[in-house]
Amino acid sequence: MIELQSITKNYDEIVALDNIDLHIVKGEVFSVIGSNGSGKTTLLRIMAGVENPTRGMMFFDGKKIDAEDLVEVRRKGTMVFQKTSLFNTTVYRNISYGLKLRKLSHRIIDERVEESLNIVRLEGYEGRWAKSLSGGEQQRVALARALALKTEVLFLDEPTANLDPKNVSIVEEAIMRINREGETTIVIATHNMFQAESLSERTAVLIGGKIQQIGRSKDIFKLSSIADFTRIENIFTGISTIPKEGTSIVKLENGMSIATTIRQEGNVTLFIRPEDIILSKEKIVSSARNVFKGQIVGITDLGHLVKLRVDTGREFIVQITKRSFDEMNLNIGLKIYLTFKAGSVHVV
Amino acid sequence: MTIETEIFEIVVRAIAISGAATFLVVLWGVPMGIFLGSRRFRGRTVIVSFFNAMLGIPTVALGLILYLMFSKSGPLGFLHLLYTPLAIILGQAILVTLITISLVTSTVESIDPEIKDLAKTLGASEAEAAVAVFKESIGGVLLAVAASFNRAIAELGVALMLGGNLRGLTRVLTTSIALETTRGELTLGIVLTLTLLGIVLTINFSMNLLQRRVRSWLWR
Repeated sequence: MIELQSITKNYDEIVALDNIDLHIVKGEVFSVIGSNGSGKTTLLRIMAGVENPTRGMMFFDGKKIDAEDLVEVRRKGTMVFQKTSLFNTTVYRNISYGLKLRKLSHRIIDERVEESLNIVRLEGYEGRWAKSLSGGEQQRVALARALALKTEVLFLDEPTANLDPKNVSIVEEAIMRINREGETTIVIATHNMFQAESLSERTAVLIGGKIQQIGRSKDIFKLSSIADFTRIENIFTGISTIPKEGTSIVKLENGMSIATTIRQEGNVTLFIRPEDIILSKEKIVSSARNVFKGQIVGITDLGHLVKLRVDTGREFIVQITKRSFDEMNLNIGLKIYLTFKAGSVHVV
Repeated sequence: MTIETEIFEIVVRAIAISGAATFLVVLWGVPMGIFLGSRRFRGRTVIVSFFNAMLGIPTVALGLILYLMFSKSGPLGFLHLLYTPLAIILGQAILVTLITISLVTSTVESIDPEIKDLAKTLGASEAEAAVAVFKESIGGVLLAVAASFNRAIAELGVALMLGGNLRGLTRVLTTSIALETTRGELTLGIVLTLTLLGIVLTINFSMNLLQRRVRSWLWR
Protein backbone atom coordinates (compact mmCIF):
# COMPACT_ATOMS: atom_id res chain seq x y z
CA MET A 1 0.00 0.00 0.00
CA ILE A 2 2.73 2.46 1.01
CA GLU A 3 6.24 1.98 -0.19
CA LEU A 4 9.22 4.09 0.78
CA GLN A 5 12.41 3.91 -1.24
CA SER A 6 15.65 5.39 0.10
CA ILE A 7 13.81 8.07 2.09
CA THR A 8 16.18 10.53 3.76
CA LYS A 9 15.20 13.59 5.77
CA ASN A 10 17.69 16.22 6.89
CA TYR A 11 17.07 19.18 9.16
CA ASP A 12 20.08 21.38 8.36
CA GLU A 13 23.00 19.26 9.54
CA ILE A 14 20.87 16.71 11.39
CA VAL A 15 19.94 13.50 9.59
CA ALA A 16 16.51 12.54 10.99
CA LEU A 17 15.95 9.64 8.59
CA ASP A 18 18.69 7.85 6.73
CA ASN A 19 17.92 5.85 3.60
CA ILE A 20 14.66 4.23 4.75
CA ASP A 21 13.16 1.42 2.69
CA LEU A 22 9.78 0.28 3.94
CA HIS A 23 6.69 -1.43 2.64
CA ILE A 24 3.37 -1.19 4.49
CA VAL A 25 0.89 -3.86 3.46
CA LYS A 26 -2.81 -3.00 3.04
CA GLY A 27 -4.89 -3.89 6.10
CA GLU A 28 -2.01 -4.59 8.47
CA VAL A 29 -1.13 -3.00 11.80
CA PHE A 30 2.49 -1.96 11.52
CA SER A 31 4.49 -0.50 14.38
CA VAL A 32 7.62 1.58 14.35
CA ILE A 33 9.48 1.39 17.62
CA GLY A 34 12.40 3.43 18.80
CA SER A 35 13.52 5.72 21.54
CA ASN A 36 12.89 9.47 21.59
CA GLY A 37 14.61 11.21 18.69
CA SER A 38 15.00 8.02 16.65
CA GLY A 39 12.96 9.49 13.76
CA LYS A 40 9.60 7.77 14.33
CA THR A 41 7.53 10.95 14.13
CA THR A 42 9.37 12.22 11.05
CA LEU A 43 8.77 8.89 9.32
CA LEU A 44 5.05 9.06 10.06
CA ARG A 45 4.82 12.71 8.98
CA ILE A 46 6.37 11.85 5.62
CA MET A 47 4.06 8.88 5.09
CA ALA A 48 1.07 11.05 6.08
CA GLY A 49 2.04 13.68 3.51
CA VAL A 50 2.62 16.39 6.09
CA GLU A 51 6.30 16.65 5.35
CA ASN A 52 8.45 16.25 2.26
CA PRO A 53 11.50 14.00 2.37
CA THR A 54 14.87 15.51 1.47
CA ARG A 55 15.56 12.56 -0.81
CA GLY A 56 13.88 9.34 -1.84
CA MET A 57 10.56 8.27 -3.27
CA MET A 58 7.20 7.36 -1.82
CA PHE A 59 4.56 5.26 -3.56
CA PHE A 60 0.92 5.01 -2.54
CA ASP A 61 -0.95 2.07 -4.08
CA GLY A 62 1.83 1.84 -6.64
CA LYS A 63 1.62 5.49 -7.67
CA LYS A 64 4.66 7.69 -7.14
CA ILE A 65 3.85 10.62 -4.88
CA ASP A 66 5.18 14.03 -5.84
CA ALA A 67 4.75 17.36 -4.00
CA GLU A 68 1.55 18.13 -5.94
CA ASP A 69 0.00 14.80 -4.89
CA LEU A 70 0.35 15.45 -1.15
CA VAL A 71 -3.23 16.69 -0.70
CA GLU A 72 -4.46 13.46 -2.27
CA VAL A 73 -2.28 11.45 0.12
CA ARG A 74 -3.60 13.46 3.06
CA ARG A 75 -7.15 12.51 2.07
CA LYS A 76 -6.26 8.81 1.99
CA GLY A 77 -4.64 8.80 5.41
CA THR A 78 -4.75 10.79 8.61
CA MET A 79 -2.55 11.16 11.64
CA VAL A 80 -3.06 11.39 15.38
CA PHE A 81 -0.27 13.29 17.08
CA GLN A 82 1.47 12.43 20.33
CA LYS A 83 0.75 15.89 21.67
CA THR A 84 -3.02 16.19 21.52
CA SER A 85 -3.92 18.89 19.07
CA LEU A 86 -7.48 20.17 18.97
CA PHE A 87 -9.22 23.13 17.40
CA ASN A 88 -10.50 25.60 19.96
CA THR A 89 -14.15 24.76 19.38
CA THR A 90 -16.66 22.03 20.21
CA VAL A 91 -16.05 18.28 19.95
CA TYR A 92 -18.55 18.10 17.07
CA ARG A 93 -16.79 20.80 15.06
CA ASN A 94 -13.41 19.19 15.70
CA ILE A 95 -14.58 15.84 14.39
CA SER A 96 -16.59 17.26 11.51
CA TYR A 97 -13.71 19.44 10.21
CA GLY A 98 -12.15 16.80 7.95
CA LEU A 99 -15.58 15.55 6.87
CA LYS A 100 -16.59 19.05 5.77
CA LEU A 101 -13.36 19.33 3.77
CA ARG A 102 -14.52 16.20 1.96
CA LYS A 103 -17.85 17.92 1.29
CA LEU A 104 -19.96 15.14 2.82
CA SER A 105 -23.65 15.72 3.51
CA HIS A 106 -24.85 16.93 6.93
CA ARG A 107 -26.57 13.59 7.53
CA ILE A 108 -23.42 11.58 6.88
CA ILE A 109 -21.32 14.00 8.95
CA ASP A 110 -23.71 13.62 11.91
CA GLU A 111 -23.64 9.83 11.58
CA ARG A 112 -19.86 9.67 11.38
CA VAL A 113 -19.40 11.97 14.40
CA GLU A 114 -21.78 9.87 16.47
CA GLU A 115 -20.22 6.60 15.35
CA SER A 116 -16.64 7.66 16.04
CA LEU A 117 -17.56 9.05 19.46
CA ASN A 118 -19.13 5.69 20.27
CA ILE A 119 -15.91 3.88 19.35
CA VAL A 120 -13.86 6.01 21.76
CA ARG A 121 -16.65 5.87 24.37
CA LEU A 122 -17.44 9.57 24.39
CA GLU A 123 -21.12 9.32 23.51
CA GLY A 124 -22.99 12.59 23.97
CA TYR A 125 -19.85 14.77 24.02
CA GLU A 126 -20.67 16.52 20.72
CA GLY A 127 -21.53 19.88 22.25
CA ARG A 128 -18.70 19.98 24.79
CA TRP A 129 -15.84 22.44 24.32
CA ALA A 130 -12.97 20.18 23.24
CA LYS A 131 -10.23 21.93 25.17
CA SER A 132 -12.18 21.79 28.44
CA LEU A 133 -12.00 17.96 28.50
CA SER A 134 -9.42 15.96 30.45
CA GLY A 135 -6.14 15.01 28.74
CA GLY A 136 -7.29 11.43 28.11
CA GLU A 137 -10.64 12.54 26.74
CA GLN A 138 -8.95 15.08 24.48
CA GLN A 139 -6.74 12.36 23.00
CA ARG A 140 -9.83 10.22 22.46
CA VAL A 141 -11.50 13.13 20.63
CA ALA A 142 -8.38 13.40 18.45
CA LEU A 143 -8.65 9.68 17.71
CA ALA A 144 -12.40 9.95 17.02
CA ARG A 145 -11.70 12.81 14.60
CA ALA A 146 -9.28 10.58 12.71
CA LEU A 147 -11.62 7.57 12.79
CA ALA A 148 -14.56 9.58 11.47
CA LEU A 149 -12.71 10.15 8.20
CA LYS A 150 -12.60 6.39 7.51
CA THR A 151 -9.34 6.81 5.67
CA GLU A 152 -7.51 3.88 4.14
CA VAL A 153 -4.60 4.33 6.50
CA LEU A 154 -4.24 5.72 10.00
CA PHE A 155 -0.95 7.02 11.39
CA LEU A 156 -0.74 7.07 15.18
CA ASP A 157 2.19 8.82 16.80
CA GLU A 158 2.56 7.56 20.38
CA PRO A 159 -1.24 7.48 20.72
CA THR A 160 -1.25 6.45 24.37
CA ALA A 161 1.75 8.35 25.70
CA ASN A 162 0.92 10.21 28.91
CA LEU A 163 -2.52 8.60 29.22
CA ASP A 164 -3.79 6.87 32.33
CA PRO A 165 -4.46 3.10 32.13
CA LYS A 166 -8.19 3.51 31.58
CA ASN A 167 -7.70 5.80 28.59
CA VAL A 168 -4.89 3.60 27.24
CA SER A 169 -7.28 0.62 27.27
CA ILE A 170 -10.00 2.55 25.45
CA VAL A 171 -7.61 3.87 22.80
CA GLU A 172 -5.99 0.46 22.22
CA GLU A 173 -9.37 -1.23 21.97
CA ALA A 174 -10.51 1.40 19.45
CA ILE A 175 -7.38 0.81 17.36
CA MET A 176 -7.94 -2.95 17.28
CA ARG A 177 -11.61 -2.51 16.50
CA ILE A 178 -11.17 -0.25 13.51
CA ASN A 179 -8.46 -2.48 12.10
CA ARG A 180 -10.67 -5.53 12.56
CA GLU A 181 -13.96 -4.05 11.39
CA GLY A 182 -12.90 -1.32 9.01
CA GLU A 183 -9.84 -3.10 7.59
CA THR A 184 -7.96 0.16 8.06
CA THR A 185 -4.21 -0.02 7.65
CA ILE A 186 -2.62 1.30 10.84
CA VAL A 187 0.92 2.53 11.37
CA ILE A 188 1.82 3.14 15.01
CA ALA A 189 4.95 4.88 16.23
CA THR A 190 5.63 3.94 19.82
CA HIS A 191 8.35 3.41 22.35
CA ASN A 192 6.02 1.09 24.27
CA MET A 193 7.28 -2.29 23.16
CA PHE A 194 4.51 -4.26 24.73
CA GLN A 195 2.03 -2.18 22.78
CA ALA A 196 3.98 -2.74 19.57
CA GLU A 197 4.10 -6.48 20.14
CA SER A 198 0.50 -6.85 21.19
CA LEU A 199 -1.12 -4.54 18.62
CA SER A 200 0.90 -5.03 15.47
CA GLU A 201 1.66 -7.88 13.12
CA ARG A 202 4.93 -6.40 11.90
CA THR A 203 7.43 -4.08 13.52
CA ALA A 204 10.33 -1.95 12.39
CA VAL A 205 12.98 -0.97 14.92
CA LEU A 206 14.25 2.52 14.24
CA ILE A 207 17.52 3.64 15.83
CA GLY A 208 19.24 6.90 14.94
CA GLY A 209 17.10 7.40 11.84
CA LYS A 210 17.91 3.97 10.41
CA ILE A 211 15.83 0.81 10.36
CA GLN A 212 17.84 -1.73 12.32
CA GLN A 213 15.35 -4.58 12.22
CA ILE A 214 12.10 -5.30 10.46
CA GLY A 215 9.88 -8.34 10.60
CA ARG A 216 7.06 -10.08 12.42
CA SER A 217 6.55 -8.49 15.83
CA LYS A 218 6.71 -11.86 17.61
CA ASP A 219 10.06 -12.63 16.01
CA ILE A 220 11.45 -9.16 16.65
CA PHE A 221 10.68 -9.36 20.35
CA LYS A 222 12.16 -12.81 20.74
CA LEU A 223 15.57 -11.54 19.70
CA SER A 224 17.52 -10.92 22.86
CA SER A 225 19.49 -7.98 21.46
CA ILE A 226 16.28 -6.22 20.50
CA ALA A 227 14.61 -7.23 23.74
CA ASP A 228 17.31 -5.47 25.70
CA PHE A 229 16.57 -2.31 23.79
CA THR A 230 12.86 -2.66 23.43
CA ARG A 231 11.39 -4.21 26.53
CA ILE A 232 10.23 -1.51 28.85
CA GLU A 233 7.27 -3.19 30.51
CA ASN A 234 7.80 -5.12 33.75
CA ILE A 235 11.30 -3.76 34.14
CA PHE A 236 12.41 -3.21 37.70
CA THR A 237 15.66 -1.99 39.15
CA GLY A 238 16.87 -2.97 42.61
CA ILE A 239 19.70 -4.28 44.72
CA SER A 240 20.37 -8.00 44.63
CA THR A 241 21.71 -10.01 47.53
CA ILE A 242 22.69 -13.69 47.41
CA PRO A 243 21.86 -15.61 50.59
CA LYS A 244 23.86 -18.70 51.57
CA GLU A 245 20.93 -20.87 50.61
CA GLY A 246 18.04 -20.43 48.26
CA THR A 247 17.25 -17.89 45.61
CA SER A 248 18.64 -14.36 45.29
CA ILE A 249 16.46 -11.54 46.54
CA VAL A 250 16.23 -8.22 44.72
CA LYS A 251 14.95 -5.36 46.85
CA LEU A 252 13.20 -2.66 44.85
CA GLU A 253 13.10 1.01 45.86
CA ASN A 254 9.56 0.75 47.24
CA GLY A 255 10.53 -2.10 49.57
CA MET A 256 9.11 -4.87 47.37
CA SER A 257 11.29 -7.98 47.13
CA ILE A 258 11.51 -10.22 44.07
CA ALA A 259 13.03 -13.70 44.26
CA THR A 260 15.22 -14.67 41.31
CA THR A 261 17.59 -17.42 40.27
CA ILE A 262 20.24 -14.96 39.10
CA ARG A 263 23.57 -15.14 40.88
CA GLN A 264 24.52 -11.51 40.74
CA GLU A 265 24.98 -9.05 43.58
CA GLY A 266 24.49 -5.29 43.63
CA ASN A 267 22.39 -3.13 41.31
CA VAL A 268 20.42 -5.15 38.79
CA THR A 269 17.65 -4.51 36.29
CA LEU A 270 15.08 -7.25 36.05
CA PHE A 271 12.57 -8.17 33.44
CA ILE A 272 9.52 -10.46 33.69
CA ARG A 273 7.64 -11.41 30.55
CA PRO A 274 3.92 -10.55 30.96
CA GLU A 275 2.84 -14.01 29.79
CA ASP A 276 4.96 -15.68 32.52
CA ILE A 277 2.83 -14.20 35.29
CA ILE A 278 -0.06 -16.27 36.67
CA LEU A 279 -3.10 -14.36 37.75
CA SER A 280 -5.50 -15.70 40.41
CA LYS A 281 -8.35 -14.46 42.56
CA GLU A 282 -7.11 -16.39 45.59
CA LYS A 283 -3.58 -16.83 46.82
CA ILE A 284 -2.32 -20.09 45.35
CA VAL A 285 0.05 -22.51 47.05
CA SER A 286 2.75 -23.46 44.57
CA SER A 287 6.47 -23.74 44.10
CA ALA A 288 6.60 -20.22 42.65
CA ARG A 289 8.60 -17.89 44.92
CA ASN A 290 6.95 -14.61 43.95
CA VAL A 291 3.39 -13.86 45.02
CA PHE A 292 2.02 -10.29 45.09
CA LYS A 293 -1.42 -8.94 45.86
CA GLY A 294 -2.63 -6.18 43.57
CA GLN A 295 -5.53 -4.45 41.92
CA ILE A 296 -6.46 -4.41 38.23
CA VAL A 297 -6.14 -0.84 36.93
CA GLY A 298 -6.33 -1.39 33.19
CA ILE A 299 -7.70 -3.91 30.71
CA THR A 300 -7.02 -4.08 26.97
CA ASP A 301 -8.80 -6.55 24.74
CA LEU A 302 -6.38 -7.78 22.09
CA GLY A 303 -8.71 -10.27 20.45
CA HIS A 304 -7.74 -13.72 21.69
CA LEU A 305 -5.53 -12.21 24.37
CA VAL A 306 -6.15 -9.68 27.12
CA LYS A 307 -3.57 -7.38 28.63
CA LEU A 308 -4.03 -6.25 32.20
CA ARG A 309 -2.27 -3.61 34.21
CA VAL A 310 -2.02 -4.58 37.85
CA ASP A 311 -0.97 -2.22 40.59
CA THR A 312 0.89 -4.01 43.38
CA GLY A 313 2.72 -0.94 44.57
CA ARG A 314 4.62 -1.25 41.29
CA GLU A 315 2.67 -1.71 38.11
CA PHE A 316 2.89 -5.11 36.42
CA ILE A 317 1.69 -5.98 32.94
CA VAL A 318 0.05 -9.37 32.75
CA GLN A 319 -1.09 -11.13 29.62
CA ILE A 320 -3.73 -13.88 29.71
CA THR A 321 -6.00 -15.52 27.18
CA LYS A 322 -9.41 -14.08 26.46
CA ARG A 323 -11.00 -17.33 27.62
CA SER A 324 -9.28 -17.12 31.03
CA PHE A 325 -10.29 -13.51 31.29
CA ASP A 326 -13.96 -14.34 30.62
CA GLU A 327 -14.02 -17.34 32.93
CA MET A 328 -12.43 -15.42 35.80
CA ASN A 329 -14.86 -12.54 35.32
CA LEU A 330 -12.15 -9.92 35.82
CA ASN A 331 -12.87 -6.21 36.14
CA ILE A 332 -11.04 -2.97 36.81
CA GLY A 333 -10.66 -2.49 40.56
CA LEU A 334 -10.72 -6.22 41.35
CA LYS A 335 -8.15 -7.40 43.90
CA ILE A 336 -6.09 -10.32 42.54
CA TYR A 337 -2.81 -12.19 43.10
CA LEU A 338 0.17 -12.34 40.75
CA THR A 339 2.44 -15.37 40.89
CA PHE A 340 5.63 -16.06 39.00
CA LYS A 341 8.64 -18.30 39.42
CA ALA A 342 12.07 -17.04 40.38
CA GLY A 343 13.25 -18.61 37.12
CA SER A 344 10.96 -16.32 35.13
CA VAL A 345 12.86 -13.28 36.32
CA HIS A 346 15.53 -12.30 33.81
CA VAL A 347 18.31 -9.78 34.01
CA VAL A 348 18.24 -7.12 31.30
CA MET B 1 -21.46 75.86 21.01
CA THR B 2 -22.05 74.42 24.48
CA ILE B 3 -19.32 72.62 26.35
CA GLU B 4 -21.30 69.37 26.13
CA THR B 5 -21.58 69.69 22.36
CA GLU B 6 -17.87 70.41 22.08
CA ILE B 7 -16.95 67.39 24.24
CA PHE B 8 -19.26 65.20 22.17
CA GLU B 9 -17.68 66.49 18.99
CA ILE B 10 -14.17 65.82 20.33
CA VAL B 11 -15.11 62.27 21.38
CA VAL B 12 -16.65 61.49 17.99
CA ARG B 13 -13.64 62.97 16.17
CA ALA B 14 -11.18 60.99 18.34
CA ILE B 15 -13.06 57.74 17.74
CA ALA B 16 -13.36 58.44 14.01
CA ILE B 17 -9.67 59.32 13.57
CA SER B 18 -8.32 56.42 15.66
CA GLY B 19 -10.92 54.06 14.20
CA ALA B 20 -9.84 55.00 10.67
CA ALA B 21 -6.17 54.53 11.61
CA THR B 22 -6.94 51.11 13.10
CA PHE B 23 -8.99 50.12 10.05
CA LEU B 24 -6.08 50.99 7.77
CA VAL B 25 -3.72 48.94 9.93
CA VAL B 26 -6.07 45.95 9.87
CA LEU B 27 -5.78 46.04 6.07
CA TRP B 28 -2.00 45.78 6.01
CA GLY B 29 -0.86 44.90 9.54
CA VAL B 30 -2.97 41.76 10.05
CA PRO B 31 -1.99 40.11 6.73
CA MET B 32 1.64 41.02 7.35
CA GLY B 33 1.49 39.59 10.90
CA ILE B 34 -0.07 36.38 9.56
CA PHE B 35 2.62 36.19 6.89
CA LEU B 36 5.47 36.74 9.35
CA GLY B 37 3.97 34.33 11.87
CA SER B 38 3.41 31.49 9.44
CA ARG B 39 6.34 31.65 7.03
CA ARG B 40 9.99 30.85 7.65
CA PHE B 41 12.49 32.69 5.46
CA ARG B 42 15.94 34.20 5.69
CA GLY B 43 15.88 37.53 7.51
CA ARG B 44 12.52 36.88 9.15
CA THR B 45 13.95 36.99 12.67
CA VAL B 46 15.53 40.39 11.98
CA ILE B 47 12.22 41.80 10.71
CA VAL B 48 10.23 40.40 13.67
CA SER B 49 12.85 41.70 16.13
CA PHE B 50 12.67 45.12 14.48
CA PHE B 51 8.89 45.32 14.93
CA ASN B 52 9.17 44.13 18.52
CA ALA B 53 11.89 46.70 19.27
CA MET B 54 9.86 49.49 17.69
CA LEU B 55 6.91 48.82 20.00
CA GLY B 56 8.40 51.22 22.52
CA ILE B 57 8.96 54.11 20.12
CA PRO B 58 8.02 57.42 21.81
CA THR B 59 5.02 58.95 20.06
CA VAL B 60 6.63 62.37 20.22
CA ALA B 61 9.66 61.06 18.31
CA LEU B 62 7.42 59.56 15.63
CA GLY B 63 5.34 62.76 15.60
CA LEU B 64 8.47 64.85 15.05
CA ILE B 65 9.76 62.64 12.23
CA LEU B 66 6.39 62.77 10.47
CA TYR B 67 6.08 66.51 11.13
CA LEU B 68 9.38 67.05 9.31
CA MET B 69 8.15 64.91 6.43
CA PHE B 70 4.75 66.61 6.15
CA SER B 71 5.98 70.18 6.72
CA LYS B 72 6.13 72.52 3.69
CA SER B 73 9.84 71.98 3.16
CA GLY B 74 9.62 68.24 3.81
CA PRO B 75 9.53 65.49 1.14
CA LEU B 76 5.74 65.08 1.53
CA GLY B 77 5.00 68.77 2.00
CA PHE B 78 3.32 69.00 -1.42
CA LEU B 79 0.45 66.90 -0.06
CA HIS B 80 -0.53 69.73 2.35
CA LEU B 81 -1.53 67.23 5.01
CA LEU B 82 -0.06 68.92 8.07
CA TYR B 83 -2.67 70.01 10.64
CA THR B 84 -5.41 67.92 9.04
CA PRO B 85 -7.26 64.89 10.46
CA LEU B 86 -5.76 62.80 7.63
CA ALA B 87 -2.26 63.54 8.90
CA ILE B 88 -3.22 62.24 12.36
CA ILE B 89 -4.84 59.14 10.82
CA LEU B 90 -1.68 58.34 8.86
CA GLY B 91 0.58 59.07 11.84
CA GLN B 92 -1.46 56.89 14.20
CA ALA B 93 -1.66 54.15 11.57
CA ILE B 94 2.13 54.06 11.32
CA LEU B 95 2.40 54.01 15.11
CA VAL B 96 -0.05 51.14 15.66
CA THR B 97 1.17 49.13 12.68
CA LEU B 98 4.06 48.04 14.86
CA ILE B 99 1.76 46.79 17.65
CA THR B 100 -0.56 45.00 15.27
CA ILE B 101 2.21 43.24 13.38
CA SER B 102 4.03 42.28 16.55
CA LEU B 103 0.97 40.87 18.35
CA VAL B 104 -0.48 39.09 15.31
CA THR B 105 2.93 37.59 14.47
CA SER B 106 3.40 36.16 17.96
CA THR B 107 -0.18 34.81 18.04
CA VAL B 108 0.12 33.07 14.67
CA GLU B 109 3.64 31.88 15.51
CA SER B 110 2.38 30.11 18.62
CA ILE B 111 -0.51 28.47 16.79
CA ASP B 112 0.75 27.87 13.28
CA PRO B 113 2.90 24.74 13.10
CA GLU B 114 0.60 22.59 15.22
CA ILE B 115 -2.72 23.66 13.71
CA LYS B 116 -1.42 23.73 10.17
CA ASP B 117 -0.10 20.17 10.49
CA LEU B 118 -3.33 19.07 12.12
CA ALA B 119 -5.44 20.57 9.33
CA LYS B 120 -3.22 18.97 6.70
CA THR B 121 -3.47 15.51 8.26
CA LEU B 122 -7.25 15.90 8.17
CA GLY B 123 -7.06 16.50 4.44
CA ALA B 124 -6.62 20.27 4.12
CA SER B 125 -4.71 21.93 1.31
CA GLU B 126 -2.14 24.64 2.12
CA ALA B 127 -4.82 27.34 1.69
CA GLU B 128 -7.39 25.47 3.83
CA ALA B 129 -4.75 24.89 6.50
CA ALA B 130 -3.94 28.63 6.49
CA VAL B 131 -7.66 29.38 7.01
CA ALA B 132 -7.69 26.99 9.99
CA VAL B 133 -4.68 28.83 11.45
CA PHE B 134 -6.51 32.13 11.02
CA LYS B 135 -9.63 30.78 12.75
CA GLU B 136 -7.52 29.62 15.69
CA SER B 137 -5.66 32.94 15.78
CA ILE B 138 -8.78 35.09 15.78
CA GLY B 139 -8.65 35.73 19.53
CA GLY B 140 -5.12 37.13 19.29
CA VAL B 141 -5.96 39.08 16.14
CA LEU B 142 -8.95 40.77 17.82
CA LEU B 143 -6.78 41.51 20.84
CA ALA B 144 -4.20 43.10 18.53
CA VAL B 145 -6.89 45.22 16.89
CA ALA B 146 -8.23 46.34 20.29
CA ALA B 147 -4.70 47.12 21.53
CA SER B 148 -4.01 49.08 18.36
CA PHE B 149 -7.15 51.18 18.66
CA ASN B 150 -6.42 51.84 22.34
CA ARG B 151 -2.86 52.87 21.56
CA ALA B 152 -4.09 55.18 18.79
CA ILE B 153 -6.82 56.92 20.77
CA ALA B 154 -4.63 57.28 23.86
CA GLU B 155 -1.50 58.69 22.18
CA LEU B 156 -0.68 62.39 22.33
CA GLY B 157 2.57 63.03 20.46
CA VAL B 158 1.41 62.27 16.91
CA ALA B 159 -2.01 63.96 17.35
CA LEU B 160 -0.43 67.11 18.75
CA MET B 161 2.46 67.47 16.33
CA LEU B 162 0.62 66.51 13.14
CA GLY B 163 -2.83 67.83 14.07
CA GLY B 164 -1.87 70.97 15.93
CA ASN B 165 -4.92 70.68 18.24
CA LEU B 166 -7.01 72.97 16.04
CA ARG B 167 -10.46 73.57 17.55
CA GLY B 168 -13.23 72.04 15.48
CA LEU B 169 -10.77 70.34 13.13
CA THR B 170 -8.00 68.28 14.72
CA ARG B 171 -8.74 68.52 18.44
CA VAL B 172 -9.06 65.02 19.88
CA LEU B 173 -9.37 63.65 23.44
CA THR B 174 -5.68 63.52 24.36
CA THR B 175 -4.84 66.95 22.94
CA SER B 176 -7.90 68.42 24.71
CA ILE B 177 -6.86 66.86 28.03
CA ALA B 178 -3.35 68.33 27.69
CA LEU B 179 -4.76 71.75 26.73
CA GLU B 180 -7.39 71.95 29.49
CA THR B 181 -4.86 70.83 32.11
CA THR B 182 -2.35 73.50 31.09
CA ARG B 183 -5.18 76.08 31.11
CA GLY B 184 -6.07 75.07 34.66
CA GLU B 185 -9.43 73.60 33.65
CA LEU B 186 -8.83 70.49 35.75
CA THR B 187 -12.49 69.47 36.03
CA LEU B 188 -12.86 69.43 32.27
CA GLY B 189 -9.55 67.62 31.97
CA ILE B 190 -10.78 64.92 34.38
CA VAL B 191 -14.11 64.55 32.55
CA LEU B 192 -12.25 64.08 29.26
CA THR B 193 -9.83 61.61 30.88
CA LEU B 194 -12.71 59.55 32.30
CA THR B 195 -14.35 59.58 28.89
CA LEU B 196 -11.12 58.30 27.32
CA LEU B 197 -10.84 55.56 29.95
CA GLY B 198 -14.47 54.63 29.38
CA ILE B 199 -13.90 54.23 25.64
CA VAL B 200 -10.77 52.11 26.16
CA LEU B 201 -12.45 49.84 28.73
CA THR B 202 -15.58 49.45 26.59
CA ILE B 203 -13.50 48.47 23.56
CA ASN B 204 -11.55 45.87 25.58
CA PHE B 205 -14.68 44.44 27.18
CA SER B 206 -16.50 44.26 23.85
CA MET B 207 -13.58 42.53 22.17
CA ASN B 208 -13.49 39.91 24.89
CA LEU B 209 -17.16 39.20 24.39
CA LEU B 210 -16.79 39.27 20.65
CA GLN B 211 -13.82 36.91 20.59
CA ARG B 212 -15.72 33.73 21.48
CA ARG B 213 -18.69 34.62 19.29
CA VAL B 214 -16.50 35.33 16.30
CA ARG B 215 -14.52 32.09 16.81
CA SER B 216 -17.74 30.14 17.16
CA TRP B 217 -19.10 31.76 14.01
CA LEU B 218 -15.92 31.06 12.05
CA TRP B 219 -15.98 27.36 13.01
CA ARG B 220 -19.62 26.89 11.97
